[in-house]
Amino acid sequence: MSVELLRRRVRRPKPAADAPDRGILSVADRRRRGVRITTRASHTVLLVSLIVVGLGPILWLAKSAVTPTQDTLRQPLALWPNGIDLENLVTAWTRVEIDRYFANTVLLALGVWAVQVLVATTAGYALSVLRPKYGKAIVGLVLATLFVPSIVLLVPLYLTIVDPPLVGQSLINSFWAVWLPAGANAFNVLLVMRFFDGLPREVFEAARMDGAGPYRLFWSIVVPMSRPVIGVVSVFAIIGAWKDFLWPMLVLKDPAVQPLSVRLPQLQQFIELDVFLAALAISTVIPVVLFLVFQRLFLNGAGLGGAVKG
Amino acid sequence: MTRRRGPRAWFRGDGPHTLVFLLPLLLCFGLFSWRPILDSAVMAFQQTNLVTVPTWVGWDNFERVLADPLLGTAVLNTLWFAALAIVLGYPVPLVVAVLMSEVRRGKGLFSALAYLPVVVPPVVAALLWKFFYDASPTGVFNTIIGWVGIPPQPWLQDQATAMPSLVLFATWSAAGGTVIIYLAALIAVPPELYDAAEVDGAGVWRKVWHVTMPQLRGVLLITFILQIIGTAQVFLEPFLFTAGGPANSTTTILLLIYKYAFQNSLGGDYGAATALSLMLAVVLAVFSAVYFRITRSWSDS
Repeated sequence: MSVELLRRRVRRPKPAADAPDRGILSVADRRRRGVRITTRASHTVLLVSLIVVGLGPILWLAKSAVTPTQDTLRQPLALWPNGIDLENLVTAWTRVEIDRYFANTVLLALGVWAVQVLVATTAGYALSVLRPKYGKAIVGLVLATLFVPSIVLLVPLYLTIVDPPLVGQSLINSFWAVWLPAGANAFNVLLVMRFFDGLPREVFEAARMDGAGPYRLFWSIVVPMSRPVIGVVSVFAIIGAWKDFLWPMLVLKDPAVQPLSVRLPQLQQFIELDVFLAALAISTVIPVVLFLVFQRLFLNGAGLGGAVKG
Repeated sequence: MTRRRGPRAWFRGDGPHTLVFLLPLLLCFGLFSWRPILDSAVMAFQQTNLVTVPTWVGWDNFERVLADPLLGTAVLNTLWFAALAIVLGYPVPLVVAVLMSEVRRGKGLFSALAYLPVVVPPVVAALLWKFFYDASPTGVFNTIIGWVGIPPQPWLQDQATAMPSLVLFATWSAAGGTVIIYLAALIAVPPELYDAAEVDGAGVWRKVWHVTMPQLRGVLLITFILQIIGTAQVFLEPFLFTAGGPANSTTTILLLIYKYAFQNSLGGDYGAATALSLMLAVVLAVFSAVYFRITRSWSDS
């Protein structure tokens, strides 16, 4: 949110009298008939295509989740030719045990969220606020991991999970196998560091003068001030965990601990189409609702991601 | 805050506390990022089967991978995917973002709609699209194209149309993210530049071409290379939609790596898998280095 404010401030330093907020088109352009008609037409076409392409498949899924199989197969685009079948959702939730995989997904996402927020905030604090001498070297090593394609990690990371150091037993089929590696996210650390670099140092100095130690400074000053960036990290952590597929598939082999993303492709073979589509719909609800509620965070955060990558 | 003093001052100051705060990072990155990266460089030259002690085999793994007749197919398929993804997926978000940036009212609605496919879990979306791609005349896409008189297409079931179908899906699921990045860059274009262009008599198209595009050049160059790096590692689409078929026409490099390591009935060939992923990483690194070298002079506007 503060990013948004910042951006607005940068964008219009002094609102000019005639054009307070302009893009490519000027006020004069907008007054011209040809330009006005073309703009309006292109925006209408854009809106209609965005609705069809962006919302269409989701609406279709919502519709088909409560449609009997035969109707979906014969007339996939008809609206309930033979009535609504709410039973699908119930069957998916109970008999197909989507509830269990749903709970697994939630647990995985929460754990990933906790680990990522912990690593990113503590590391950001140590590197940007406490600033030890060796900090630059660590930042360099963290930065370097961004340049290594994740595929290079796949096999050695898998073998690390099979035979982890310090733990002594395999982490296969344990949620820790997903939670812990998620913490090694360089993007989060850099994002939080950049945010902490922008906080006023006078506040820290003042707190120090008043006798706050490093832990107190972290917990009572820095964490409350960094809510916006923790929000961005949180949203991306949860959505990322919800989307993750290849890694959980490799390390969670027991169906009882698998999340939706891993289980759904296998379920397809055993269950009827209408129930399967209902299961797909259930799996989509949480991410879409999260997105609608935290829209700003997403859309600004994605822009922020672009800015960091740039 | 720490100045160069003795170890005792370090100990009495923030020194140990800083380490406490760094511990989560050091553990996570150490065990799950730095060490595996170093491991991969070693494992590519070893034979590892998780049972016996790894043995050093020199370049054997690389030779075995390079001799695999599927490798050529996988490389060509990955290049084909990347090329299609650029042709189809690169211009779309740019055009959408430029049009969207001129929307006066309801811009939030536009960007929310564009971003919506990105938040749908990819597995769910892929399984849904797999159903849309049903090759029968009553398949969802075949019904839709039937309305405008196009005959039913085989989509995923034909070697010629399988890959474009995967790219179409990949574009749908990723374009929204790029649109949002471009929108942020478009907002950052200084309005004075447009004012100045108008003083010089530029019309709408000339403003787009001579002001907007040069201002976006930096972002466009980055999204291009990120897209290449991303498409070189495409896995989910061919894995879920076609499992590499029909007749290996969608087997990509990552699918091959996965096959070596995890779909081998004789036990995982981890050496071959790391050797191939290392080669892919080196090729990508060289490509990015050359790319940034060549484009360095273009990006300052």
